[in-house]
Amino acid sequence: MSYYLSNNLNLEKEMDKVNPNLSLEFRNSVVIATLTDEKILDEDQLQGLEGSFLPLIEQTPGIQLIIDFSNVKFLTSSVLGLLIRISKKVYETDGTLRLCSISPKILEVFRITRLDRIFDIHASVDEAMVGLKK
Amino acid sequence: MTESKNILHKSWNIKSIEREVKTVSCEVLEALQSHDFSEDMVFAVQLSLEEAFINAIKHGNHGDSQKNISVECLITPEKFDISIVDEGFGFDPGGVPDPRSNSNLYKASGRGVLLIRSYMDVVEYNSRGNCIHMVKYRDSAQTSSEYEKKCM
Repeated sequence: MSYYLSNNLNLEKEMDKVNPNLSLEFRNSVVIATLTDEKILDEDQLQGLEGSFLPLIEQTPGIQLIIDFSNVKFLTSSVLGLLIRISKKVYETDGTLRLCSISPKILEVFRITRLDRIFDIHASVDEAMVGLKK
Repeated sequence: MTESKNILHKSWNIKSIEREVKTVSCEVLEALQSHDFSEDMVFAVQLSLEEAFINAIKHGNHGDSQKNISVECLITPEKFDISIVDEGFGFDPGGVPDPRSNSNLYKASGRGVLLIRSYMDVVEYNSRGNCIHMVKYRDSAQTSSEYEKKCM
């Protein structure tokens, strides 16, 4: 088993233990993180997500991370803040961050705050995968 | 002129903690949902409520769970109307930096007031700045996008 694959499997097991609100899939060298909650608004949820994402990014230099919002129907500005902290951490480690499958209502929140201009947003996971290193 | 029948008219005095504000939010949202307010309206109210409560707990009451939040809500078939008061010293809503400016775009906080103003039809503060009054009309002409255009 390659070091990369073994490392990913270990990370995947760790993440499952840490946060049931996040599902991870490793597709070649791309990490697809699916937010499983419909609503993200509690402080506990936010801390749980931050506590899962930041170690994942730190342990995977140059990470190619796609965050899948297909299950998410509601979020607050605190989640936008978390996404900014995640993006800074990703870029610090020379990684790539893409967001995908954001519902129209939530996309409107990104537009109002103009965060649609700083995040790389795609319609689907498959579209977000285009151009990433395999 | 006939007076609208109230769907919900209620006051709460709650501790400044997430669990208690969630109880209020749930009751308000259930009242809207059970009286056929649109999904867009329920989304707008929920987002504005969450942002206003976060501001009251974190910035108004500085996370002090011994402090209180007072809420008065009126829902009629035509509108949602709520006032939320914290025990803080208040703030100057005109002094909140625009989170959409280039210098603030990468900041992790400071978007709550913008979102409330975008989704509500009326947003007012008392002179001290520790009470927010928000109104959203069922047949609201203003959408968040229209607010955006006004701000351009």
